[in-house]
Amino acid sequence: MSNMKLLILLIPVLPLIGFMITGLGRNVLSKSLSGFIGSVVVLASLVISFMAFLQVRESGSILATYFDFINIHNLHIAFDFFIDPLTSIFLLVITGVGFLIHVYSIGYMHEESSKDFSKYFSFLNLFVFSMLLLVIANNFAVMYIGWEGVGLCSYLLIGYWFKNPEYTSAGKKAFVMNRIGDFGFLLAVFWVISRLGTTSFSEVFTAESLAKLSQSDITGITLLLFLGATAKSAQLPLYTWLPDAMAGPTPVSALIHAATMVTAGVYLIARSNVWYTMAPFTQGVIAVVSIATMLLAASIALKQNDIKKVLAYSTVSQLGYMFLALSVGAYTAAVFHVMTHAFFKALLFLGAGSVIHAMGGEQDMQGMGGLKSRLKITHITMLIACLAIAGIPPLSGFFSKDEILSASFMKSPMLWGLGVFGALLTAFYMFRLYAMTFLGKFRGSSEQEANLHESPLSMTLPLLVLAGLSIVGGFIGIPEAIMSGAHQLGDFLAPVFAPSAKLMGPHTVSHNTEYILMAVSAIVAIAAMIVAWNKFSKYTIGNEKDSAFGTVLRNKWYVDEFYEKIIVQPLKSISRFFNNTIDIKGIDGVVNGVGSVVQYASRQLRYLQSGQIGGYVLLMVLGFIALLIIQLFL
Amino acid sequence: MILFTIGVVGVLIRRNAIIVFMCIELMLNSVNLLLVAFSKMHALSPVAKASPTFASDAQVFVFFIMVVAAAEVTVGLALIVMLYRNTHSVDVNFLNRLKY
Repeated sequence: MSNMKLLILLIPVLPLIGFMITGLGRNVLSKSLSGFIGSVVVLASLVISFMAFLQVRESGSILATYFDFINIHNLHIAFDFFIDPLTSIFLLVITGVGFLIHVYSIGYMHEESSKDFSKYFSFLNLFVFSMLLLVIANNFAVMYIGWEGVGLCSYLLIGYWFKNPEYTSAGKKAFVMNRIGDFGFLLAVFWVISRLGTTSFSEVFTAESLAKLSQSDITGITLLLFLGATAKSAQLPLYTWLPDAMAGPTPVSALIHAATMVTAGVYLIARSNVWYTMAPFTQGVIAVVSIATMLLAASIALKQNDIKKVLAYSTVSQLGYMFLALSVGAYTAAVFHVMTHAFFKALLFLGAGSVIHAMGGEQDMQGMGGLKSRLKITHITMLIACLAIAGIPPLSGFFSKDEILSASFMKSPMLWGLGVFGALLTAFYMFRLYAMTFLGKFRGSSEQEANLHESPLSMTLPLLVLAGLSIVGGFIGIPEAIMSGAHQLGDFLAPVFAPSAKLMGPHTVSHNTEYILMAVSAIVAIAAMIVAWNKFSKYTIGNEKDSAFGTVLRNKWYVDEFYEKIIVQPLKSISRFFNNTIDIKGIDGVVNGVGSVVQYASRQLRYLQSGQIGGYVLLMVLGFIALLIIQLFL
Repeated sequence: MILFTIGVVGVLIRRNAIIVFMCIELMLNSVNLLLVAFSKMHALSPVAKASPTFASDAQVFVFFIMVVAAAEVTVGLALIVMLYRNTHSVDVNFLNRLKY
């Protein structure tokens, strides 16, 4: 057991070591060496995670306590790790997809100088470390370290090309947005501590703890935690950082959007599932927010021309799906979608990276087209990813999306209807992207055309692996209706969500209804796909006319402008007011005033120091007499 | 008290350093006198009987004061001598350069 304990410690610590080596040695390490170290530590974590996964599968959850982290009065927070089925799934996804992205980065970033290259890998490792710490922690305090860590790393990585001021401000935006969410998370943790006196996951979700919390406590805590999740997982109203996060290198986008950061919010809620099940009001809030996010982001994605922007908004929209699942209590479905999404979204980003690489940095889809024959591997893998995300059976996205949709149908058919509409939009914009990029005629410059090339092996290999996972990833969660007892993921995760399941009571939808739901969503997706395919395969620049609504969509519903007007500008004028009036006149006035009063008084008092010894003695004698009088008569 | 007051006033109003110095000595000796007198007066009180050293404490103090005063006289006179050598004066009011 102690062996296991040590191994578990190594899961997050290995990437940390990698971070230190590549970070400290950035001036001496060669490119291939730092790339190798960066990837190998993550691979080692993956191997250990897999061992832990097997262990959990055989003999249940593992709890490993290392030392007392915080020990004040009657608050004791241990530094401990906890691996249950939920954590082990996340560990595998993070390290697995993370490893592939590391390998891919070796090829993608080869033009950087060796110092920047090492810096890049050290940030990447730090990111993986933070994320692993986040999911492996057994209490909110340790989790918060990871939670802040991913926020920091996203800032570092988005602003990686920090010489471009636009990119650094995108990094800052991500950081500030995340801080707003962190604030909610922190308040929730304080609330938990004040009510229960502990933050340990193994204690706060037990029946005794739940008995100590009133209904309003639970609603408040869950809402605050959800605020944290909206920032990390890019939900309304805090999603705007994510599309801007495209400023970072493409593999970073893949890492942030697919495997790690954005799933942190989903993990947080899945981890606290008992509370959420007990707080119907919060669930209602999440449902509204998630549906709104999903449709808004999907509609924006319809009109974007930057290949990465489309993917970014599609991520936001898919996260909306995950939160929809959480809001209806389908926690397994949410985790399932996190997993499949990690595969196909990482694949999409890496594929897009490969396209951008081939196009020499061009990201605008208007200048692409006809890449099908030139980038064979990229084309095939991207096609698979598009099919998977659009929910075409039998690829992975179909199963997870269908599970979410059928769960929401049980809650309310309206949620289901909106969900299917979202799926339609998803299929449409994904195939718009596919058709504009790979079909039709090449629209770029002849120079770009001459330089078109398939990416090196270190880039195509991860693509192939991820494509494979995108195809088969869904088979671990085949719904009961098709094959009974085949939902392995559900069975595996069942212990984690058992308390919630007990609270919610049995829920099943008849198999016939489920068949119909599946058929409808599949048909809708295929129809949208065909329409988009036909419409955009013959795309030429300028033949896409914008209606009034289209302009609104192209400008992202003017959300950024709205925030600028409503929040940023008033804040700026308040700050100006504080600076000019309160700070300069008020505070500085007081400080300088005190200083000049003292100076003036001492300048006057100086003349007492006359140099006449007699004077001094006289004062001394008078003082003594005064003391004497006080002593004797007062 | 009278002797002490004379000493204080002397320090305050005289300008000759040697006179000032003598006045200081006067104050010290007035205190000595006071200590001895009180010691004799209280020697028969019940408190003094309870503690064997009580009666002689003040007189021991006087000896100490006399020793310290002797030491102080040497230093003080040396200072005055040096003062006279440098300024050809023993007027204390002349030494008023150490001021604001």
